[in-house]
Amino acid sequence: MKILVGIKRVVDYNVRVRVKPDGSGVDLDGAKMSINPFDEIALEEALRLREAGKAAEVIVVSIGPNACQQQLRTGLAMGADRAIQVDTEERLQPLAVARTFLAIAEKEQPGLFIVGKQAIDDDNSQTGQMLAALWNRPQATFASEVQVEGDTATVTREVDAGLETIEIDLPAVITTDLRLNEPRFVKLPDIMKAKRKPLEVIPLSDLGVANDNTLEIEHFAPPATREKGIMVDSAEALVTELKNRGLL
Amino acid sequence: MSEREVMEYDVVVVGAGPAGLACAIRLKQLDSERSVCIIEKASEIGAQILSGAVIEPQPLDDLLPGWRDNMPPHCIPVTEDAFLMLGKTGSKKLPTPPQSNNHGNFIVSLGAMCAWMAPQAEDLGVDIFPGYAAAGIHYRQDGSVGGVIIGDMGIAADGSQKSSYMEGIEIHAPMTIFSEGCRGHLSKQLIKKFDLDKDCDPQTYGIGTKELWQVKPGKSQPGRVQHSIGWPMDSHTYGGSFIYHLENDRIAIGFVTGLDYPDPNFQPWEAFQQFKNHPEIKTLFEGGEILSAGARAIVEGGYQSLPKTEMPGALLIGDGAGTLNVPKIKGVHQAMRGGMLAAEHLGQHADGKGYDKALRDSPIMAELKKVRNIRPGFHKGLWLGLINAGWETITGGYSPWTLKNHADHTALKRLEDYQSPERNWIDRELPPRDRLASVYFSTTAHEEDQPVHLQVADTDICINQCTVEYGNPCTRFCPAHVYEIVEEDGEMEGGKRLQINAANCVHCKTCDIKDPYQIINWVTPEGGSGPNYQNL
Repeated sequence: MKILVGIKRVVDYNVRVRVKPDGSGVDLDGAKMSINPFDEIALEEALRLREAGKAAEVIVVSIGPNACQQQLRTGLAMGADRAIQVDTEERLQPLAVARTFLAIAEKEQPGLFIVGKQAIDDDNSQTGQMLAALWNRPQATFASEVQVEGDTATVTREVDAGLETIEIDLPAVITTDLRLNEPRFVKLPDIMKAKRKPLEVIPLSDLGVANDNTLEIEHFAPPATREKGIMVDSAEALVTELKNRGLL
Repeated sequence: MSEREVMEYDVVVVGAGPAGLACAIRLKQLDSERSVCIIEKASEIGAQILSGAVIEPQPLDDLLPGWRDNMPPHCIPVTEDAFLMLGKTGSKKLPTPPQSNNHGNFIVSLGAMCAWMAPQAEDLGVDIFPGYAAAGIHYRQDGSVGGVIIGDMGIAADGSQKSSYMEGIEIHAPMTIFSEGCRGHLSKQLIKKFDLDKDCDPQTYGIGTKELWQVKPGKSQPGRVQHSIGWPMDSHTYGGSFIYHLENDRIAIGFVTGLDYPDPNFQPWEAFQQFKNHPEIKTLFEGGEILSAGARAIVEGGYQSLPKTEMPGALLIGDGAGTLNVPKIKGVHQAMRGGMLAAEHLGQHADGKGYDKALRDSPIMAELKKVRNIRPGFHKGLWLGLINAGWETITGGYSPWTLKNHADHTALKRLEDYQSPERNWIDRELPPRDRLASVYFSTTAHEEDQPVHLQVADTDICINQCTVEYGNPCTRFCPAHVYEIVEEDGEMEGGKRLQINAANCVHCKTCDIKDPYQIINWVTPEGGSGPNYQNL
């Protein structure tokens, strides 16, 4: 079985993002970029499945300009067997991403397509679900445990009420939640090995994917800054303050 | 311990700053067959680089001809120089000292410049490994340096192995180049082991703090460079400021304090903020926002403090050796030249023998010799220091004497022996409010569950001796509020203990330098930890 893993190049979770002064977007100048942490968990899970003998090949795929080869190489250094970069300068929205992943899935015929439950830049949480619908295959989202036996996967999902365990037929789409695993550190010699692993570049236009972005972004704005608070000495003072403001 | 995995290179370079990158690039330019790698503890190249910075471009012309057609981001030519003497409320323009004439120089973000140099090194075939800390030195059986040991990953605070544990590998090479920057923790071990400083004065340092601001449109005059001395320093505390105007309404501001200050109550970070809130300075920043902030020690000892820079199997280059020119407030051109000189030397002498002499015969050392008496002249206070600086400048360093340097930690006076001057510091208005708020802008991240990388040999000294003698100056000189003396609770109630907030550490090395008992040892945390500076 092949496992495809979608990985997105996003601003690192440690970076303090700020909106550009003209509101045209987020200022990424000089900001550290990384694999979306949820996608890194997806890759770790795929690698563990391969190491457990449940899969034969792990392929990482990313959509974006050449810069995202850096994240694909990191994926290869973690242990993926090969990488695919769908080359485009455009910023794709979830539907177009799902269509692109579908085109890759049709080409590669994977048993599992694992992606993060959301990317930490746009926080859409749509790509996995849309991919399953377009592919017409089962989906198990927000996975915190995955077990594969033959043609089925048993997946524990994090849902509002707690945990839900479902069984799905493969091929299927799984989206990963935070508790699924802890991604491994990359071993230094593996960075060198990753340089020799295949990285295929496919122009987006070659996949025949319609990139009709349905949402138009007008402008970005930071959240309103919080007003300066006051310290109160006692519970009575707190109650008085709240009453004065008509909150009690 | 099990045998560690080993990778072999012809040359391993420790630290991807301007010296290390210039050295690696030159090595490959001279011999593309030679295998060269660079180890860097920061998560990305440039993420732990902090500098002013105004640079002299000649070494770049030499190393990367054509760079002016492919400039690093945030690099602009200097158009205007100003030098001020600040009072508490006003300022006087001083003539710009000749060393500070920046005509032909460039304002850069050194972090962005290193990030721009790295791919050029990679194109030449240099393997660069960011996120991996050189934690130890590999010695061969004959005692010579044979490479470095990469730090283990996934060790818990109690020293046990976590599920993510990964043993660090060793990188072996016939030649190891240490370009760790100021007060490198491995360089420190090497200087001690090989007695490299036996014929020179103790090294001396400063602490630089810097912020990058997005200011209101119209406030920045791109290319303008301004330095100041005076307020908020007293005449026995050496220090000064820089303000560099960048494009896109950005301004870099910083302040450097000599770590030979005597006052145990002095707070370098607060001095920086006081300067920034000076009535003539703060107008630049009002209505703006901080983009990035951080701190880094600077090597100031110069000519008479330069240790021997070669030892069997290894060389020291850059600020790790100590080639910065203090009166010029510039070290980048010296670091790059030193890196290139090391590469050229290795082209002819594979074992590095004779590098130290080559360095001392080079223009790098001539430049340091000329200005050698300027910085130590300030030991006698600001005014005598300025008069001496004038003399040394006019005579071009031909004085027949060389003034001595003394270790910075010995300059700190005990509380009972020192009357702190009345500072009259003002109520500040501009952010950040305090050091913790400032750390926020350094984007510092350390895995919390790892051993404390600031090793204090004997915390009893902190509580029983230092509190009385110096009042725990670590709680004041650290720009990131790493050290705190807190009340004990539980059984030990009523007592006090030293709390080390290691996760705040911005890797500046000030504590390792200034601690009066020299019981703080800075070691590298897990690779990839530490500040993630943006364009500092």
